Amino acid sequence: MDAISKFLEMGGYAGYVWPSYLAVFGLLGVLLWLSRRGLKAAETDLAQLEGPDGKATRRQASPAADGAPDT
Amino acid sequence: MLNYFANPRRFMKLSGILTPWMAGATLILAGAGLYLGLFASPADYQQGETVRIMYVHVPAAWMALFCYTGLAISAAVGLIWKHPVADVAARASAPIGACFTFLALFTGALWGKPMWGTWWVWDARLTSMLVLFFLYLGYMALNSAFDDPQRGTKASAILAMVGFVNVPIIKFSVDWWNTLHQPASILRMDGPTIHPDMLWPLFLMIGAATAYYLWVLMLRMRRELTEGRVRARRQIQAEEAGA
Repeated sequence: MDAISKFLEMGGYAGYVWPSYLAVFGLLGVLLWLSRRGLKAAETDLAQLEGPDGKATRRQASPAADGAPDT
Repeated sequence: MLNYFANPRRFMKLSGILTPWMAGATLILAGAGLYLGLFASPADYQQGETVRIMYVHVPAAWMALFCYTGLAISAAVGLIWKHPVADVAARASAPIGACFTFLALFTGALWGKPMWGTWWVWDARLTSMLVLFFLYLGYMALNSAFDDPQRGTKASAILAMVGFVNVPIIKFSVDWWNTLHQPASILRMDGPTIHPDMLWPLFLMIGAATAYYLWVLMLRMRRELTEGRVRARRQIQAEEAGA
């Protein structure tokens, strides 16, 4: 128990060390979550629009969005 | 070579394979780095336990520069060669780099207060990092400021390329000017001045931050390319409905 308390106290600098780690993992965690959520939402939208025959329609529908042709 | 990777379909296929590997690399490297940095490495003889802030501050600062370099190169490739995926990569890099820059400034303040006696000082290193943060914000604002996305992409790409001059200024600011910030201690001609017990966790955390950047970059690029396909599909549907 003493060892845990000593570790958490960080030699008296806990107020500086732990907020640093909290900020880094908190902000990067939020950015990751938002990025994953955005991708999932876009994939869901695309799946709903394309339906079961999506693949054939997609190639015909969005040459600009798909970029340069396969070469 | 550039034309090969200019195809979004190829990028989607490749990133679909790489994304889980980057996620795994981030978690493994961060886990190992945190264990070594928080438990196995010693406190510094002068800075005590505050040296553990280094394991998140230095990776954040390095990634702030790394992301901007990636952004500027992508913006240049997009502007010069009209590479569609490069523009997407530049836009996807910006928020990640802005987060890393903010974290470098924030953790630097938390490290500076107990060691320097101040949260902030207007010296060359800190000020040039703040300028980098504003460059990221400026890039994102300019990119979305025009009704025509092409104009926004072009204007923000020019800003990104001009702003790249700030990257070497940040790197060498501690050599060119008097500053409270310590000089380079890893990338030096005579080798690192940090003990291996501290250097290894630092390298692991830098590796984790790099893998995280690639992971989130691919997620954001996949998102934008998928949204492009959704818009194109909706346009087709609207045209079919109107016909």
